[in-house]
Amino acid sequence: MKDHAALSEEFNIDEPRVNWHDETLWLIRQKRDKAVHGIPEWEWLRETASQVKNNVLSNLSAYLEQFEANALANGVFVHWAADANEHNEIIHSILRKHQVERMVKSKSMLTEECHLNDYLTENGIEVIDSDLGERIVQLGNEHPSHIVLPCIHKKKEEIGDLFHKYLGTAAGESDPQILTEAARQHLRETFLTRKVALTGVNFAVAETGEFVVCTNEGNADMGAHLADVHIASMGIEKIIPERKHLGVFLRLLTRSATGQPITTYSSHFKSPRQGQEMHIVLVDNGRSRQLGRENFRNSLKCIRCGSCMNTCPVYRRSGGHSYHSVISGPIGSILAPNLDMKEFADLPFASTLCGSCSNVCPVKIDIHNQLYKWRQVLVKEGYVSNTKAISMKTMTWVISFPALFAFAGKTGRWAMKNLPFLVNNKLNPWYKAREMPVPPKESFRDWYVKNRGQK
Amino acid sequence: MTVGLFIPCYVDQFYPQAGIATLQLLERLGVDVVYPPKQTCCGQPMANSGFSHLTQDCDDLITESFAEFDYVVVPSGSCALHIKDHLHSDKHPDDARHLRTKVYELVEFLTDILKVKDLKARFPHKVGVHQSCHGLRGLHLSQMSELVAPPFSKPEQLLNMVEGIELIPLSRVDECCGFGGTFCVAEEAVSAKMGKDRVADHISHGAEYITGADLSCLMHMEGILRRQKSNVKVMHIAEILNSL
Repeated sequence: MKDHAALSEEFNIDEPRVNWHDETLWLIRQKRDKAVHGIPEWEWLRETASQVKNNVLSNLSAYLEQFEANALANGVFVHWAADANEHNEIIHSILRKHQVERMVKSKSMLTEECHLNDYLTENGIEVIDSDLGERIVQLGNEHPSHIVLPCIHKKKEEIGDLFHKYLGTAAGESDPQILTEAARQHLRETFLTRKVALTGVNFAVAETGEFVVCTNEGNADMGAHLADVHIASMGIEKIIPERKHLGVFLRLLTRSATGQPITTYSSHFKSPRQGQEMHIVLVDNGRSRQLGRENFRNSLKCIRCGSCMNTCPVYRRSGGHSYHSVISGPIGSILAPNLDMKEFADLPFASTLCGSCSNVCPVKIDIHNQLYKWRQVLVKEGYVSNTKAISMKTMTWVISFPALFAFAGKTGRWAMKNLPFLVNNKLNPWYKAREMPVPPKESFRDWYVKNRGQK
Repeated sequence: MTVGLFIPCYVDQFYPQAGIATLQLLERLGVDVVYPPKQTCCGQPMANSGFSHLTQDCDDLITESFAEFDYVVVPSGSCALHIKDHLHSDKHPDDARHLRTKVYELVEFLTDILKVKDLKARFPHKVGVHQSCHGLRGLHLSQMSELVAPPFSKPEQLLNMVEGIELIPLSRVDECCGFGGTFCVAEEAVSAKMGKDRVADHISHGAEYITGADLSCLMHMEGILRRQKSNVKVMHIAEILNSL
């Protein structure tokens, strides 16, 4: 399987496209900056959210039990899933109970994480994603490349081609308004005919047993309000203690995500309407394991705003799919190794550790420090190439002896000057797009001995 | 006050002029500077690649070389930050811990410890300032564009004391250049693209020179500029502050 470096090298073959991808996401970062600078108490909000989440992570089981008790009292069915498979089986059992073979779904990265669509499709159930971006990647048989902007990697012409093929728009049509209208008609038909709707959960309130779903398109509401059965899938870390805390998180979420002051629809669900059935599936899938990893536990504070992706200079120039993980970008790179160290060993290295991700994070996750710490773990566990290990060991050996270091430096500089082909060749990745530095005739230490040695 | 000068391995080998400028600048400002000869590398390339468990010998070398000084000054934000955050020594644990608190990147040493108010320097050119990420977000040499807080910049505070200099604005004030240590070869394609974009921002705003407190970033951008046969040059901030 190709790693991040190889996949992003492919992404970089088409440079104008990389520029377009970079500029599109940078525009969102700028919108975020404008929105947050409009709030003098922004840093206070971040700190407060971070502290609330620290409390949640320290008392997770208690808050979950409180939430469960309140949700049950509200007339909601509560299910617990230890892993992705259990989650999918629970959803399937609810669908079977109602003898339903078609379901409409609103955007949920958790169901992507559990590969629910594939599971249900294999079991003969049709799932239609109702978030426009998700529907587009679904039609293209792809996965989201971004957690908030699932099809940000696709140009409108490519979306026009997909809609022409699947939704009957005119060939060559790429006008966003016309394409959106076609999607609206297609989804309206879906909403009206599905008996079961699944949504994600952005925040679940322990105090009341209610949950909040945030969408800009209102698609979660359309699905949930029209269906006889509403299933909500939620990661266990989505809990917040009290309803009053929502004010903090809702103010942070969309400003960080898209630069909007608030999400268009922040819908509160508490109990089923008369005649409706409501289910909540609480999913662990590795979260308690991450909670147990002291250095990485606060990655679970993530509220999935995607701001770390928009600001990440690497993400913008490598595309979400290069991370080959459901959650891409910096946050994905610290979450994925928890799920599978071997498969995702490359991701913590797909960063320059510039730290911009940690600064935009609305809940103050120290993302870049965790990337550094994952690197240490992954190397110790042996998930590193031999070439890298050997070169690192050699380098450590050289710098452990000052005389050897000085000698190696001198030899190296001499070779660069007199045998330039040794470094200026295709085997040297630096040389592909960059010239090597010009070696000076003497090092600083040589100069110092000559000029300050007698002092 | 006696200052121990730490010259990072790649500055020692490839950019001695920046080390010399740092030394001369500090001496001009009346500081007693010593360069301990047994230093090599701060160990960051290994640690950032996940091999921090291998750097014990070089951590010991640093600790032994610099234990005696009042301050340690490094003309590199990245190496200074690495020592500040990660230096440890089983042989001399107390010295290592103490050293971590007295290590300074050159710019912050000039502004925060020496509190330099004026410099007799002259550099009549258009200059773009590259904010290296470790200096910026690690050492907080300037305000970061992501945070809601009043702006400040220690490098610009010093550069503004230089006669004739014109600092150019940038479209993306503190975007990473893509060097990233071993990232520059392990993720060559993205690294090179980031460097090209960073350089283009400076060029489009008329820079004749790109300066900064980290030569590693400048070395990366210099490689790209030279491949593009550009006339724009890179220069460590110490060289500009030391230019007469």
